[in-house]
Amino acid sequence: MMRNKRKISFVIFALPTFVAFCIGFLYPFIQGLYLSFCHFVLPGDAQWVGLKNYVSALQDPNFLYAFGFTTLFAVVSVLTINLLAFGVAYALTRGIKGEGIFRTVFFMPNLIGGIVLGYIWALIFDGVLSYFNTYLLAKTAYGFWGLLILMCWQQIGYMMIIYIAGLQSVPEGMLEAARIDGAGKWQTLLRVTLPNMMPSITICVFLTMTNSFKLFDQNLALTGGMPSAFTEGGIINTTEMLALNIYKTFYVGALSRGVAQAKAVLFFVLVAVLALLQLRYTGKKEVQQ
Amino acid sequence: MKKIVAMFMILILTVGMLTGCGGGDDKGAVYYLNFKPEADGEWQELARKYTELTGVEVKVITAASGNYAETLTAEMGKSAAPTLFQCSRQSELDVWEDYCYDLSNTAFARELTSNDFNLYGKNGELFCVGYCYEAFGIITNKELLEEAGYEVEDIQNFADLKRIAEDITKRSKELGFAAFTSSGLDASSEWRFSGHLANMPLFYEFRDNGVTQQPEAITGAYLDNYKQIWDLYIQNATCKPSELATKTGDEAEAEFGREEAVFYQNGSWEYSRLVEIYDMDPEDLTMIPIYCGVPGEENAGLCYGTENRFAVNKKASQEDIDATLDFLYWLVTSDEGTTMLAEEFGPIPFENAKETENVFFADTNNMLHDGKYLVGWVFSHTPNVAAWRAAVTSALLQYSTGNGSWEDVETAFVDGWAIQYRAQ
Repeated sequence: MMRNKRKISFVIFALPTFVAFCIGFLYPFIQGLYLSFCHFVLPGDAQWVGLKNYVSALQDPNFLYAFGFTTLFAVVSVLTINLLAFGVAYALTRGIKGEGIFRTVFFMPNLIGGIVLGYIWALIFDGVLSYFNTYLLAKTAYGFWGLLILMCWQQIGYMMIIYIAGLQSVPEGMLEAARIDGAGKWQTLLRVTLPNMMPSITICVFLTMTNSFKLFDQNLALTGGMPSAFTEGGIINTTEMLALNIYKTFYVGALSRGVAQAKAVLFFVLVAVLALLQLRYTGKKEVQQ
Repeated sequence: MKKIVAMFMILILTVGMLTGCGGGDDKGAVYYLNFKPEADGEWQELARKYTELTGVEVKVITAASGNYAETLTAEMGKSAAPTLFQCSRQSELDVWEDYCYDLSNTAFARELTSNDFNLYGKNGELFCVGYCYEAFGIITNKELLEEAGYEVEDIQNFADLKRIAEDITKRSKELGFAAFTSSGLDASSEWRFSGHLANMPLFYEFRDNGVTQQPEAITGAYLDNYKQIWDLYIQNATCKPSELATKTGDEAEAEFGREEAVFYQNGSWEYSRLVEIYDMDPEDLTMIPIYCGVPGEENAGLCYGTENRFAVNKKASQEDIDATLDFLYWLVTSDEGTTMLAEEFGPIPFENAKETENVFFADTNNMLHDGKYLVGWVFSHTPNVAAWRAAVTSALLQYSTGNGSWEDVETAFVDGWAIQYRAQ
C-alpha cells in the first residue's frame, strides 16, 4: 500500500517536468536530427535528402575554420578563466577587509546579458584602439583577444564563487596537520588544497569549456565574425565561432537550412563528447574526504 | 490534502497546455508580419480602423529591425501563421516560393498601375507585389550649398561634385560645415555604401552587359568609379577616415539635420525624419543623383526601386486568404489606406494613389519629366546579400583606415560575388 502510494506520487511529481522535458528538449532534438537529413524551409515541409547536408557542411571551409578557431579559443579561455578565477578566490578567502564587497563586484558582470556586454566592450575596445589609429575589426587577433577579455570579465566572477565554496570545504584539520608536519604554503596548496578541490575544478572546467564552445551572443555582438579573409576560392570570417557559423548558414538561402541543421548536429556531438571526456578525466582525480 | 494539491497541479498543467489553442471564426482573419519598425504605429492604427469598419480581425506584428528572416521563419511555422508577409527580393522569393499565393487576377492586383516592381514565379505567377517605390541619391541642403556660393544646377556630373566638395572642404572652417556627412561603416550605416552606393558600379556593368537576372559572376568594370566617389565621400566629410568604424547611421543623419554638412547619401524615406525630428525646411531639401564619373551621367536620375513587396501566404485557410485579399484591396483603394501609404511610403503604384508631400519624389518626377534615365535597384541581385555586404564593408573599412588596399575591396566585390553565388 505504502509502496503504491509512493509510486503514484513519484509519477505525479515527475510528470510536469517530464512533459516539459519532452516538449522542450526531446521532441525538438529528435526533429532536429531528422531535419539534418532534409531540405526544408519550415519543419513542416521537409524532404529527405540523405547525407547531402553533412557533405556540404564538412566541405564548408568556413565551418572547418570556425572549428579550429573555437577550439583555440576554448583552450585559451579555459586556462585563463580558471587560473584567474582560482587566484581571485584564493585571495578573497584570506580574510582581507571588504571581502564580501569584492566578491559581489567580481560576480556582477555575470548578471549582464551577452549581447549587451558585446556591444559595450566593442565600444570600449574601439575607443582604446582609436588612439592607435586602428579598430577592433581591423585584425583577427584583436577580435580573438577582445573576445577573451570579454569572456574573462564575465565568467571569472562566477567561477570564483564556485572556487570559494571549494576552498571553504577543505577540512581545517587536514590543513592544520599539514602545517604541523612542516609543509610550506605551496606544498599545502598543491598537495592538500587542490586535491580536495577537485569537485569544484571539475565543474568549473566543464562550465568554461562548454561555454566557450557554445559561445554565441558575445561573438555576434562583439565582432559578428569579421574581419573576413579571402583564401583560394573561399571566403572566411576569421573570428566566427561554431554557433555563429551555424546561425549564419541557416539564413543563406533556400537550400542552406538543412546544412545548418547538419552542422548543429555535428556541433552537438562534439560538445557532448568533449564534455563527457572531460568529466571522466577530472572526475577520476577527485578524492574522498 | 496531498491529493488536492496533486490534482491542482495536474489541472494547472493541463490548462497551461490547452490555452495555446484558440478558436477561429468563419470570417477569416488577417495577420500581417510587418518589417518596418518605423511604420508600426501607422499599421496598428490602420488595422484598428479596418476592424471597426468590417469586423474582420487584423493583427499586425512587427519584427525587430534586421530580424525579419528569423521572425518570419518562426511565425510561418506556427498554426496561426502570417497571412500577409514581405518578400523583399528574388532570393527571399526563392526561399518562400511554395508559400506565395498567386496574386494575378485578384481585385488588389488589378489596381496596380505598374508591374515594374513585382516579382514573378517561374510560370509567370504574380507572387510579390511592389506596393511602393523609393528613391535614393545624395540628399542636398540647398541653403548651405548657396552659402558656399553654388546652386544645385551647378552639379551635373562627378567633376562638378568633386570640385564643389573640395572647395567646401578647403573653406570648411570659415563656412562652418563640411561637404559630406560621415560615411560610417558601423552596422547601422554600412548598407548605404555596401548596398546603395555599390548599386552604381553594378548598375552600369549590368547595363553594358544586358544583365537582367542574378549573374553568377561580375567583372567590376566600374569599380574605379566606386572608388572615386567613395574617396570623395571620406576625404571631404565631417570626420576623419580613421573614425569610420564606429560612426553610425544616426550620427550621419544628425550631422545633416544639424546643418553640419551639405550632402548626405540616403533615400526618400529620410524625408519625414529630417522634417519632423530635425525641423528642416522642405524648401531647403533636394536629392541629386549619385555621380561617379561614368560618361553620360549628366542624364542620370535617382536610384529608383523598392524592397517593399507583399506576398500572401498560400498555406493559410481560404477564409483567411480571402480576408487578406479584401484587406489589401481596401488598403490601396480606401481613403484611409492610401493616405497612410502616401504619408509613410510616398508614391504607390495604384490607381487611387494620393499625392505625397515628400519633396524627394517631386525631384524624381521632374527628372523623369526632363527625360533622365532611372538607375534601377540592381543590388537586389546580390547573392547571399548579408555575407557579401559584410565582406565588402570589412574591406572598405580596411582600405579607408589605411589597414588595407583597394585591391582587397575589389576582391571582396568581384570574387566575393562568385563565392556567395556558389554558396547560396
